[in-house]
Amino acid sequence: MDEAIESQSGLNTEDMTISVGPQHPSTHGVLRFVVKTDGEVIGEAIPDVGYLHRSIEKIGEKVTYHGYVPYTDRADYLAAMFANQAFCMAAERLAGTEVTRRGEFCRVIACELNRIASHLISVGTFGQDIGAMTPFVHALRERETINNLMEEICGARLTYNYIRIGGVGYDIVPETCAKIGAFIDHFEPIVDEFNRLLSGNKIFIERLAGVAVVSREDAFSYNLVGPNLRGSGVKWDIRRDIPYSVYPELEFEVPVGNAHVGKLGDSFDRYWVRIREMQESCKILRQCLKMMPKGPAISKVPRKFRPPAGECYARVEAPRGDMGFYVVSDGSEYPYRVRIRTGSYTAMSIIDKLSKGIMLADLIALIGSLDVDAPEIDR
Amino acid sequence: MQAYIDQLIRDGAFAGVPKEVVYAIGMVLVAFIVLSIFVAPLAGVTSWLERRVWARMQSRVGPNRVGPQGILQWLADGIKNLLKEDLIPTAADPKLFSLAPYVVFMGFLCTFVVIPFGGSLIVADLNIGILYILAVTSLVVVGILMAGWASNNKWSLLGGMRSAAQIVSYEIPAGVSVLTIVFLAGTMSMQGIINAQGWGPWDWFLFHNPFTFATFFLYFTAALAEGNRTPFDIPEAESELVAGYVTEYSGMRFLFFFFAEWGNLYVIGAVATTLFLGGWQVPHLPIFENSPVLLGIAQFVTFFLKAYLWVFVAMWVRATLPRVRVDQLMGLCWKYMVPLSFVCLLGTIGFMFVPDDLRRIIGAVTLGFGIAITIIFFMRVRFQIRNAQPELYFKLHI
Repeated sequence: MDEAIESQSGLNTEDMTISVGPQHPSTHGVLRFVVKTDGEVIGEAIPDVGYLHRSIEKIGEKVTYHGYVPYTDRADYLAAMFANQAFCMAAERLAGTEVTRRGEFCRVIACELNRIASHLISVGTFGQDIGAMTPFVHALRERETINNLMEEICGARLTYNYIRIGGVGYDIVPETCAKIGAFIDHFEPIVDEFNRLLSGNKIFIERLAGVAVVSREDAFSYNLVGPNLRGSGVKWDIRRDIPYSVYPELEFEVPVGNAHVGKLGDSFDRYWVRIREMQESCKILRQCLKMMPKGPAISKVPRKFRPPAGECYARVEAPRGDMGFYVVSDGSEYPYRVRIRTGSYTAMSIIDKLSKGIMLADLIALIGSLDVDAPEIDR
Repeated sequence: MQAYIDQLIRDGAFAGVPKEVVYAIGMVLVAFIVLSIFVAPLAGVTSWLERRVWARMQSRVGPNRVGPQGILQWLADGIKNLLKEDLIPTAADPKLFSLAPYVVFMGFLCTFVVIPFGGSLIVADLNIGILYILAVTSLVVVGILMAGWASNNKWSLLGGMRSAAQIVSYEIPAGVSVLTIVFLAGTMSMQGIINAQGWGPWDWFLFHNPFTFATFFLYFTAALAEGNRTPFDIPEAESELVAGYVTEYSGMRFLFFFFAEWGNLYVIGAVATTLFLGGWQVPHLPIFENSPVLLGIAQFVTFFLKAYLWVFVAMWVRATLPRVRVDQLMGLCWKYMVPLSFVCLLGTIGFMFVPDDLRRIIGAVTLGFGIAITIIFFMRVRFQIRNAQPELYFKLHI
């Protein structure tokens, strides 16, 4: 602040304005916060978004429906599969295209693998924000195997372009299915190991328990979604409540925050929801591998894809919560308008409220626990 | 070594030369020898070893290109940093900015005056040895504060302030822990403290009584905090403060800070070994009777291994634990460690009035307790390693 404040001791004190980011080690990409601090205590932290804007929505109006799928990868490059799926679902609903049953299972398998990979990045970097270096590398080591599996499934390791309108690009062959099964057998004990290393650590718990508590009401009024919402104890999961794909046939639990160590809705609850979601994803994968039917992976879709005029909003449960694609068609080859709704953007808005009065180190923990992801905020 | 120069002067080896000149030349020579033969390679190799140990714990490989297993990596890093541009930000205070790394470095290097390498191998066995170490290590905080202020960077300032608060606070439990041992030994001289102990664990001050056993852990924790090591590395907390007080430094100046940090690890280990672990004491074997060189080597190796064990423990801790928050750090110091260290001091003083036979029995029980803790600890380590997945990447054998 500009004006000096006369403190009780008679000394002139001044708030310090710090620019956290856009190049800061723990803002996960290019975020920026204008932080006003009194020593270590934060007065306010104003998020400044827009450093990673690539006008993905506008591009949608200039390319065909098929051609737009690779662009959706870039909306959230840690969870590209979900953006693929949401856009393809919107396009399919517009045109009334049927997805083959094997295609649906391929989608779910790919998505759940992607969810594990995304959550691994999230909890790993979260650990690193708190100062633990080893869990990050262990998490990335496991993600590497998922990347290898993804490479076998669709030939890409990060931006998959796997899910296409009407199904998936390539079938998941039985050999790959066996490898996924072997990976799950290996991965489930790894989660326990990770918990022994990080989640049960006294310092880690002390740093997170009761920090940046989001109440149920706040979570609703700030429109938090996904693990951030569930961390506040709200059992809301698009996969369960607005079912899509083959999720209604699968048995899985929706983990919610339960004040595991501190207050309901604190940073640790959000983290803990992610850990348990990885375990649930493993369960889903096992069921899918068992239930997967034979058949074609993609249905017949015309190369010139012209859905009739209309509009559609399709939403999926991405790792960062409710991801929706609103597509308006005017009957031509190109979408008239594409709008993407992502979880991180709304999560950014609550940081301003939560950061008042917490310490600088807690701000880092807060950003990490909300799992905001720069590409997803700006699109 | 000071004793050796005294002897030479008494023998008239430097007749006609003023005593002060002899001491000054001797001081420079000894400083050069200690720095170039011991401290620099030690800090360098420690930096390499830390990266390798970390890498092993994190399923990585670590630096393995320069020299066998990458052991010369520190030389390559040093040469690279020497060739870097000497950068001083325009807004910085140039004099303080350039001076700060050397103050930190001096604070660490001066401790080697009294740190013993062996029974007769010590630069100067000052009669205030351990107090001298506490005094010169305080220079580090001055240097860090200078760096934080002179950089004219907000992150550096925050880091410097954190560091000042942290080091000043943690000097109290560290100092009181040291005092506990000074009471037992009746001297502050490093060699005197070691001579008051024996070679066997039952003669170490660590197992003198339950209070000294607790004091050891208090001292090691406080020393880690003073050395800015994880979980107390908040002054340079990279995920919060970018790099804390070293944010604006580059090249060789940057390296000096880390030189001091890695060298400080050994100092922590050496002081802990001196105070609690019997220093360089070796058993009185007949092989040492007629061969002072062999005895010297055995003492040096004993001391070095004991001290370096704690360097390894510090690396291990750093790879395992997250970082505490700044208020938790202060709370830990003032609410728990300071009262506990005073309790240990008073308890140890109380034990000085206990009859010797009873004291020996309690010491033996403490030793048994210590061994039991060590065994349980290593069984847990074994359990974790067995449960861990040691291979670098999970291989899909189908």
